[in-house]
Amino acid sequence: MMNGDLRRERAAATFQPELLTHILDGGAERTRRRKEIEALVINDPDFQHEDLNFLSRSQRYEQAIRKSSLMVMKLREHGIADPDEIYWFKRTCLGPFPEPFGLHFSMFQKTLETQTTDAQKEKWLPLVRGVNIIGTYAQTEMGHGTHLRGLETTATYDPATQEFILNSPTVTSIKWWPGGLGKTSNHAIVLAQLYTQGQCKGLHAFIVPIRQLGTHEPLPGITVGDIGPKFGYDEMDNGYLKMDNFRIPRENMLMKYAQVEPDGTYVKPLNDKLTYGTMVFIRSIIVGDSARSLSRACTIAIRYSAVRHQSELKAGEPEPQILDYQTQQYKLFPLLATAYAFHFVGAYIKDTYRRISGDIIEGDLSELPELHALTAGLKAFTSWTANAGIEECRMACGGHGYSRCSGLPDIYVTFTPSCTYEGENTVMMLQTARFLVKSYTQVSSGQRVTGMVSYLNDLSRQRIQPQHVAARPVTVRINDPISLVEAYKARAARLVEAAAKNLQAELNHRKSKEDAWNRTSVDLVRASEAHCHYVIVKLFTAKLSEISNAAVRAVMTELCLLYALYGISKNTGDFLQAGILTDTQVNQVNQRVKELLAIIRPNAVALVDSFDFHDVHLGSVLGRYDGNVYENMFEWAKKSPLNKTEVHESFHKHLKPMQAKL
Amino acid sequence: MALLDSSKHLQDSVLSGVNPDLASERLTASFSVEKLTARLDGGAEHTRMRRAIVEAIESDPAFSRENQYFQSQNERYEAAVRRAVHLQKKMREMGWTENGPEIKYIYRWLSGDIAFLLHRVFMRSISVLGSDKQVAKWIPLATEHQIIGSYAQTELGHGTYLQGLETTAVFDIATQEFLLNTPKISAMKWWPGDMGRSATHTVVFAQLYVHGKCYGVHPFIVQIRSLQDHSPRPGVTVGDIGPKMNFEHTDNGYLMLQNVRVPRENMLSRFCEVQPDGTYVRWGSKKINYFTMTTVRISILSDEVILPLMKACTIAIRYSAVRRQSKLKPGEQEAKILDYQTQQQKLLPQLAAAYAFHFINIYLHELFDRGYQEIQGRNFDSLPELHAFSSGFKAMVTQYCTSGVEICLRACGGHGYSLLSGLPSLYTRVLASCIYEGENTVLFLQTARFLIKCFMAASAGQPIPPSVTYLSSAKPGKCPAKDKLDFLSPDVYLKAYEQMAIRLLSSNAAKLQHLIQSGAKKHEAWNQCTVQLVKAAQAHCHYITVKIFVETVEKLDNKAGIQKVMKHLCDLFALHGIFSNAGDFLYDGYLSGAQMDLVTASYLDLLAVIRMDAVPLVDAFDFTDKSLNSALGSYDGQVYHRLYEWAQKSPTNQQVSPAYGKYLKPLLQNRLSKL
Repeated sequence: MMNGDLRRERAAATFQPELLTHILDGGAERTRRRKEIEALVINDPDFQHEDLNFLSRSQRYEQAIRKSSLMVMKLREHGIADPDEIYWFKRTCLGPFPEPFGLHFSMFQKTLETQTTDAQKEKWLPLVRGVNIIGTYAQTEMGHGTHLRGLETTATYDPATQEFILNSPTVTSIKWWPGGLGKTSNHAIVLAQLYTQGQCKGLHAFIVPIRQLGTHEPLPGITVGDIGPKFGYDEMDNGYLKMDNFRIPRENMLMKYAQVEPDGTYVKPLNDKLTYGTMVFIRSIIVGDSARSLSRACTIAIRYSAVRHQSELKAGEPEPQILDYQTQQYKLFPLLATAYAFHFVGAYIKDTYRRISGDIIEGDLSELPELHALTAGLKAFTSWTANAGIEECRMACGGHGYSRCSGLPDIYVTFTPSCTYEGENTVMMLQTARFLVKSYTQVSSGQRVTGMVSYLNDLSRQRIQPQHVAARPVTVRINDPISLVEAYKARAARLVEAAAKNLQAELNHRKSKEDAWNRTSVDLVRASEAHCHYVIVKLFTAKLSEISNAAVRAVMTELCLLYALYGISKNTGDFLQAGILTDTQVNQVNQRVKELLAIIRPNAVALVDSFDFHDVHLGSVLGRYDGNVYENMFEWAKKSPLNKTEVHESFHKHLKPMQAKL
Repeated sequence: MALLDSSKHLQDSVLSGVNPDLASERLTASFSVEKLTARLDGGAEHTRMRRAIVEAIESDPAFSRENQYFQSQNERYEAAVRRAVHLQKKMREMGWTENGPEIKYIYRWLSGDIAFLLHRVFMRSISVLGSDKQVAKWIPLATEHQIIGSYAQTELGHGTYLQGLETTAVFDIATQEFLLNTPKISAMKWWPGDMGRSATHTVVFAQLYVHGKCYGVHPFIVQIRSLQDHSPRPGVTVGDIGPKMNFEHTDNGYLMLQNVRVPRENMLSRFCEVQPDGTYVRWGSKKINYFTMTTVRISILSDEVILPLMKACTIAIRYSAVRRQSKLKPGEQEAKILDYQTQQQKLLPQLAAAYAFHFINIYLHELFDRGYQEIQGRNFDSLPELHAFSSGFKAMVTQYCTSGVEICLRACGGHGYSLLSGLPSLYTRVLASCIYEGENTVLFLQTARFLIKCFMAASAGQPIPPSVTYLSSAKPGKCPAKDKLDFLSPDVYLKAYEQMAIRLLSSNAAKLQHLIQSGAKKHEAWNQCTVQLVKAAQAHCHYITVKIFVETVEKLDNKAGIQKVMKHLCDLFALHGIFSNAGDFLYDGYLSGAQMDLVTASYLDLLAVIRMDAVPLVDAFDFTDKSLNSALGSYDGQVYHRLYEWAQKSPTNQQVSPAYGKYLKPLLQNRLSKL
């Protein structure tokens, strides 16, 4: 039976949630197919298991391996091969948790597909696809992460035996973090500094067997293990790998681009920008992950806030739903709007990547630099925002949010490393900034730039006037998303210009470029953030016109306005300082934000229902679709490991002797 | 320069001696670390005592937390009970007492990782709320651990809003007993620590009914487990609420009562009583209850909230001086990440905040000690002010420290995510403080209510409490600063904070008045302004924190370089606040856009200055390696060796995982046989 509060919320919605679900899925047919695939898992008793929160780390790892193995077999059984469909299937098997085979299918297989010669493909790909070997991708070292050139592992070519000798020369060079490395994999792609004929040729990738097939024991010369407990990722055996004079045949270097000939002659790759493509792809996935993780957190927090009653708004009346408090709405609804915004941005990047990846294969890389710069920044912007947003959702659930039964701790600890992996966020922001400054410099020297940075072209026109670029009056209409896009554009232009000018000023004072860059980096990050923020508001706004159903469009327009206005109210300093908004307008923005909270309130539950997460995806007692929170919290707690016996053994071991002695 | 030694070489040196990258940081300290430590402790003699106690505890293997990160919930709970039992023994051995000066250092070192903390709350609540007779009966039993207590207030359906509690206690004249019941599932007691598995007794808060009339929430001592075999008493359902983000060692519990009877004498009756004939009498002031709640909020700040931030700063800053990544200049060695401006901007404001909150905490304690004396003398005048202070500062400090610890965690990149860094546990622990002892948003609104009242009174020319007199000095104006150095003058930034706090409050007052005049009911008007009211309360607390920091710095000894370095931190704390809330300062034109650029410039300059003292400034917190329990934050900076060594101890590496035999092997071989 559905909780009465949630039933009333759903009945009061002004639009049909399924229609919005179709938009998020990319069409009604895709929604249908997704649900069909999810049902395959949900209705399969083999996938049932105890709540992972009650298990020890070793047990969680074991469960994950069980499910991953099962998943491999079942995917084949059901004949599911489309990447999206595989993703839907996996996500339903695993909930929000990572899988120990994750890197096998993503990085290991993908790298072998893209960086090997035909002969290598023929040898390895059947083994990989058939899971005859399990592989991982060993790049990060204890002492080096985002800065790849600093990696210390060496691969020295020995022409006498036609082998590479792999070594981890220092403690800091031990491979550290790769998922699936600790216990699961028997092969790894290892990134190492290649030495041949006495010269270092930089980083290259090698296939390295690490465990004996059949016994799974580490091979001689290999030290491998698990890096220990982490904040989350209990299911994943992130590992370490140390190699001592470990030899692999010459053919184990991935040689599609660079090659080492039998005599040790090094043949340079034609173009090293191609690896960009993979990075763009993976970062675009993180943008989508940010949207999904934040959506899950919003679903839990908003449903719970509709069920939880507390305190009084009006003396003598029953306790209201906490969702009726303005402060609660202010915590949650902007995040809801953000989740939608990020969905659309994620879809945009995925489409753009798909569109230009054909060009990339044919060698046309003209669009890649901008997309690369944009995804770096958006990866950082969305993961930072989602990271903070998930925590905000958890806090909004009070004490119960702190319990593992809320599911929010798991969402948070699983998501938060995405601020670090695939490029540390601050470093990502600075990459975007580099592109922005470059574009600004081009414009300053009279060239035109295209794409998302084309607003910088306007600078040259204004330079005639002795003002800041943004000091030109932007007439902002706060109820018009298109006008708000202009306001964000002006802010981005102002901050890019300010950062570029500060950089120039530092350059004029100091000798080194790097020093100047470092001393401007806080400004540069701000500029990147403003640029990304603009792009998101722009993409969200653009999406509105594509929505055909009037009721859905209306509610999405409200969310889009809330997203844009809330962003302004949180960054009023930028808008005021640049003269984009006046004090009065800032007041109006703050007022309008509060009005929008009240307008969105009746649709809040329907808006999270539209994300269409099954309870299995949420893993949350607080976020259950039926809203029966308290009964199920009690049921859940009864299963806690501490409750296994009515009297805990500590009583006999410690309490009783203490009381006897005293 | 020693700074340029090859880090590669150093990291491969044996795991003894201090990593030269850290050693060099300590050589250039501009102040005496030892003197600052003594200042933080409140005098060198306190430092000596603290160190002696820490030494006594750390040398006792029973208190070791070495394998903590590898333990399951069950193991953590058992270890905490074992440690609590051992502590009793240790205290007798050492001659330490519950009321002695040592106790705070003991519990600070244990940092809560011990059982029976709620037992202490149980005892405190009996001492404060119980009659002399009740104190005489229960306190000796509890002191001797003949009974183990807990404190059962929060329910599944109700937390901060106490009046909403649903547990009932109905007086039965016939038997002279109270009949306690959990009438529905949301009324189940939920969260109380030590209750899930350990406690034999608990103080239950329930709605008192006599002759069918409800008298509101009152405390009752209820025995929940047998003193013989520890099994639940008849009518009692009790257990552990399951895993949480942290506090694995604590058996937070649930409790359901079905017609559980306790004698009339078990209602704690210092302030009110139900007499044998059912007459309800109240004496003394109800306000004293508030005072207890108020002091608890302040008492948690130091150990539970500020200390974790200090530890997080210590770990993150030391690690940032050891971790080298990427190059600042081509051809040079990779730079310490602490040399990156963006890293400084993440960490150094947190360091400044840790000091700011240390000082505000001392100030609050002085304020409360004075308040307590007045209340003892039956003068309740300062209560509203104290209440507003405790609410607002509890909310601000917990919120700030929580986000600060998380920033430190993320500033350590991938390694911060490892439990072995110590940072995840610090974070999940400190963040609980945002919720317990009053949810922060609710608390900010209580402060806002007080401030609005004071503002109205000030506008009407009535007297207002000393801490808010600034509210009556509101004068519109412009900031006089012309140069970035002007923003290093406390007068200049204090005035800016003051203006901003007043402006936020006055605009709220005006808005409230406007809404009420246009026909809104009072409570509706209030709910419509709550987002801005929270902001006003935050601004007030922020202003007072800056002000107290400034005043503390002025009073510091200018010898040994301490005053100077504290002044830098104070300036940084203040300017970081302006930089991060630029809109609020620009809004009414008190600061111009050009002045905001000066603030930014001054703020960024300070980062580079404080960077030079960053490591000594965290050294001054004087945490031992064992109390940090972090592979990244140790004093010697041997980060990588320690990470590797600790990881090898992980149970995942000690035991053979059954996963290979059970799942991987069949999967791999299944396929091989098909080839």
